[in-house]
Amino acid sequence: MRPLAWLLLLTMVGATVTGDLLQSMEMKRQGEVCFRNGRLASALSSMARNAWLALAIVFMAISFFAFLKLLTVADLSFAVPASAASFVLETILARLVLKERINLRRWAGAALVAGGVALLAL
Amino acid sequence: MPQDPNARLGFKTRLVTLIVIFSQALGNWSLAWGMKHDSPHMALAPLAVLRTIFSPWVGLGIILLILWLLSRMALLSWADLSYVLPVTSVGYVLSAVLGKYSFAEEISPARWAGIALIVAGMVLVGRTERNTTATPLVVETRT
Repeated sequence: MRPLAWLLLLTMVGATVTGDLLQSMEMKRQGEVCFRNGRLASALSSMARNAWLALAIVFMAISFFAFLKLLTVADLSFAVPASAASFVLETILARLVLKERINLRRWAGAALVAGGVALLAL
Repeated sequence: MPQDPNARLGFKTRLVTLIVIFSQALGNWSLAWGMKHDSPHMALAPLAVLRTIFSPWVGLGIILLILWLLSRMALLSWADLSYVLPVTSVGYVLSAVLGKYSFAEEISPARWAGIALIVAGMVLVGRTERNTTATPLVVETRT
């Protein structure tokens, strides 16, 4: 694998983790999105005016363009599973930063998924 | 449509999870297809990027990934990040399977084992509490 691919991967993981944490934090403050009675439009408009969500989208965009470029230098079946390295990092940060209570069953499930994603890259 | 609030949110969670999974897998597939066929040597020059974005398959991929982003944000508005990540990870499996049939990429026994682990992990996490940070529901009582 070329160094460029790893650099793109690193950029992608860092941006994904930051973007996801921001999104989760802000969407919790926003409250449950409701799809009925025209409340979707008001939810979307208040999301559009949220500067932190806008910043999260910037991180997602950085991650997305790194992914787009990665696809030109590596297989989809390398790029997608490898990008899931962000997965383990995010579960740990969800516990530390977002204060989510992660019980044994969820840790086990997250570990299985991370292991499975790593196997996909073989 | 179930009336009990917990059952209603459970139904909504499953529905939105499915949208997240399919929009991600199909969006990634469409992007990869477009990048390989429409623009195999993409340069990071502004014009080349624009031309790539507006090619049909890449464009469709972007629309699907916008749907993915919005449905995932909706899911995050009521469910833990550490819940959303594992239960939507089947998108990776779908990507691998689509990759096999469209790009002639091989699914080795190790990859099949990976797929099995992901599905098992998803089922485990799917059976945990969706939201562990919310304040408990206050039951309205009338006297």
